Amino acid sequence: MDITNLTVHELQEKLANHELTSEEITKAYVDRIKEKEADVRAFVTTLCDEALEKSKEIDDKRKKGEMKSSLAGIPIGIKDNICTKGIRTTCSSKMLADFISPYNATVTEKLLLEDLIDLGKLNMDEFAMGASTEYSYFKKTSNPWNLKCVPGGSSGGSAAAVAAELVPWALGSDTGGSIRQPASFCGVVGLKPTYGLVSRYGLVAFASSLDQIGPITKDVTDAAILLNIIAGHDEKDTTSSDIPKKDYTKALKNDVKGLKIGIPKEYFGEGINEEVKQKLEEAIETYKKLGAEVEEFSLDIANYALATYYIIACAEASSNLGRFDGIRYGYRTENFTNLKELYRNSRSEGFGAEVKRRIILGTYVLSSGYYDAYYKKAQQVRTLVKKEFDKAFEKYDVLLTPTSPTVAFEMGTRAENPLEMYLADICTVSVNIAGLPGISIPCGVNSENMPIGMQLIGNKFEEEKILNAAYTFEQEFRFREKYKPGFEK
Amino acid sequence: MSGKDYEIVMGLEVHAELSTKTKIFCSCSTEFGGAPNTHTCPICMAMPGTLPVLNEKVVEYAVKAGLATNCGISRNSKNDRKNYFYPDLPKSYQISQYDKPLCEHGYIEIEDDEGNPKKIGITRIHIEEDAGKLNHNEFGGGSLVDLNRAGVPLIEIVSEPDLRSVGEVDRYLKKLKSILEYIEVSDCKMQEGSFRADVNVSVREKGAKEYGTRTEMKNMNSFRAITRAIEYEAERQIEVIEAGGKIEQETLRWDDISGKTFSMRDKEDAQDYRYFPEPDLVAIRLSEEYIENIKNNLPEMPESRRARYIEEFKLSEKDARLLTNSKYLSNMFEAAEKICGNAKAVANWLLSDISRILNEKELEPDSIPFKAEHLAKLVELIEKGTISSAIGKKVVEELFENPKDPEEIIKEKGWLQISDEGAIKAVVQKVIANNPQSVADYKAGKDKAIGFLVGQAMKETKGKANPQMLNKMFAEELKK
Repeated sequence: MDITNLTVHELQEKLANHELTSEEITKAYVDRIKEKEADVRAFVTTLCDEALEKSKEIDDKRKKGEMKSSLAGIPIGIKDNICTKGIRTTCSSKMLADFISPYNATVTEKLLLEDLIDLGKLNMDEFAMGASTEYSYFKKTSNPWNLKCVPGGSSGGSAAAVAAELVPWALGSDTGGSIRQPASFCGVVGLKPTYGLVSRYGLVAFASSLDQIGPITKDVTDAAILLNIIAGHDEKDTTSSDIPKKDYTKALKNDVKGLKIGIPKEYFGEGINEEVKQKLEEAIETYKKLGAEVEEFSLDIANYALATYYIIACAEASSNLGRFDGIRYGYRTENFTNLKELYRNSRSEGFGAEVKRRIILGTYVLSSGYYDAYYKKAQQVRTLVKKEFDKAFEKYDVLLTPTSPTVAFEMGTRAENPLEMYLADICTVSVNIAGLPGISIPCGVNSENMPIGMQLIGNKFEEEKILNAAYTFEQEFRFREKYKPGFEK
Repeated sequence: MSGKDYEIVMGLEVHAELSTKTKIFCSCSTEFGGAPNTHTCPICMAMPGTLPVLNEKVVEYAVKAGLATNCGISRNSKNDRKNYFYPDLPKSYQISQYDKPLCEHGYIEIEDDEGNPKKIGITRIHIEEDAGKLNHNEFGGGSLVDLNRAGVPLIEIVSEPDLRSVGEVDRYLKKLKSILEYIEVSDCKMQEGSFRADVNVSVREKGAKEYGTRTEMKNMNSFRAITRAIEYEAERQIEVIEAGGKIEQETLRWDDISGKTFSMRDKEDAQDYRYFPEPDLVAIRLSEEYIENIKNNLPEMPESRRARYIEEFKLSEKDARLLTNSKYLSNMFEAAEKICGNAKAVANWLLSDISRILNEKELEPDSIPFKAEHLAKLVELIEKGTISSAIGKKVVEELFENPKDPEEIIKEKGWLQISDEGAIKAVVQKVIANNPQSVADYKAGKDKAIGFLVGQAMKETKGKANPQMLNKMFAEELKK
């Protein structure tokens, strides 16, 4: 049995039938990490020994009938900006290279309650700023489909680890596309939940009004299962919503008859790669064939979303990252004679170029004299974006777009050109701006066997609709059976 | 001096720590003191990933303060971030309120220097978090950060520039302090920094319409320091103007030891706080019922208490006002009165000897170490003739040093009043024998001489003789 090729819901079944033990599963992943991690470099920290230890404990408890969760003993990977007590949480930054969180994020607690086993902390762009994971202080993660290519970002470690079967599933975070875009680049499923559905407590903040934690999985069913675990109100996060708990797996009906799908034409215009466009068009045809009602419409505010996003995200980041000042924790320069130098040198030496770029940008747009022209204006546009989406959802159940205008690009081709890197977020940022849920699922590969992602966008707290639409496509298209990452060098 | 007449214009920014049990954004204790960094958690230490949760009591207390100072209460309010770097500010931003404070457009009434009522406008009251404290060279060198105070809730009460004299400032602050004490939202302990004032001062020629350029003074931690700082700064400004100079708008630090103000930062460092709405907190929305409910449950305020004292206890206007200025004093008065039933005597002790000792020791009424029961007992002991008022004064002194049942104090010190006829007679006879001149004077018609003799007898008994009996006994003995 190829254990690491199984989905989580398949592992869950085999655990229940006693076909597999947690130790066998964990061992298979540990072996796989030993085999492939050197090529992929998805982890900042691996916890192989600890994971094996825990898997034995869980098997013992299961034998005694002491395990409550049917997922107990299944491993998971966690993006390295989600706090894990006693384990390094680095945000892939020199600033936090040795930082050990004194507390668990709410989502970490929720994984522990299910007795999931933490296999390690996954690489990312520093402080989640980037779209290629090349801005990690530690290492550049490779795309398992082509090791010369980036896995996308910022949750590139999470997406690459799932695609390379180094973990059965993983948590990522998404501020402007950081779950969906790498999922698209790596041919896996990535879900950004509605803002407020998942607690942000313990997620090291990049942009507070945009950040959400979400699943990166092999298939849609696993995404629904992981969302079941992490969703829910948290009194430690007042921006988390108190809508009643749902079982998202129940939404997976394999039926889109009568589903109204809107295609915002702006996402298919200039800049989109021809092969990407073609696969998306084929996907649209598939939906039509399955009985969905598809209609093109205009969402022209989308053209302003990227500029709006970079103003708001950078403004919030400039403030959120102020706490990394070398005083209480994290990197402190050795080179200072007074307080000003302590601040300046710690931050100059501890942050990478992209993080500094965004802090400077954010500081600028909040400065007196510029606030109204940038930050305030961006907030006004944000309101308009929300209204445009509200209007769209009066007519459509879900919106369908590419996740990214291109497939994964080669390492080193964009890292020196920030503006071009920012364009990688063009299809995903408006979803964060409007606080909506979005899912990326693979809808084919290009001529070079690189995966192409399709994004489905839903109305607020209507995760069920996009999950069902994604699931129905997945059942029809059967991507995982057709295509496999080649680990080509 | 040109002989021009100047007017001082002042506005105050008062920071009062709210007396909630827990901090504004986490559940750490707000208690003063404690070993450094023991009242902290990942949230108030600004660990990565933590989020604030607004303590509802903070909103309630601020609304109370707003209602008690005649403010309008915002139904829609929000928190904002004020960004700046300093080691005592762990997040590198303070969560405060910028353009939508909880309370606005209020006033409190004080007396001007002529004793006429005057309204001082309250511009706004907003909620915010306190910063931590830096300890310089206290723990073996270097500067160390103590975050026990970080996240303690504050309200900032900003007045209009309506104050025109040091006396008005003093009365405004005392009134504000008394209001906050009455509504029990702050203990207003200046020495612990839970009631701090920044003063904006400008001067202008009397009659001028425009305000002069103001300076802001910080770091005054007593009423006396505030008075001194204003006097110094106003004089400094007048001197600059008289010399043809211009006042720079700047922030000054008062140094209590040298009695001078110093510029806190140069203009290059002019702070841009980059305020923006706090995205980690939802907007604060208050319903009409919520506000109405707080309004209906506000405690009795000083004015109505004062009226009640005049009416119910027949106290003078002045005594009633002095008592009710401090809620603590006023509460002690009511508690002691309830036990002994002698309002006049209780008021007298509180306003004379007890207030005098507080002044001498530079203490606030809430530092009175003994209980209302002790004061009531003292009044009763004097009423019963167990001790004289002279001994009573000594008992009060002793109560400050060693607070316990006055009866025990009297017993221990042997201050029991001598009312035994035989003992008194013996003393009187001794004094008469030792003071023939005074006796002769008295007999020659100088009635006043008896006062001297009684005084000598008191001295002889260390103040313990019953004064009525002494008088009577002298009159009888000298007739012989």
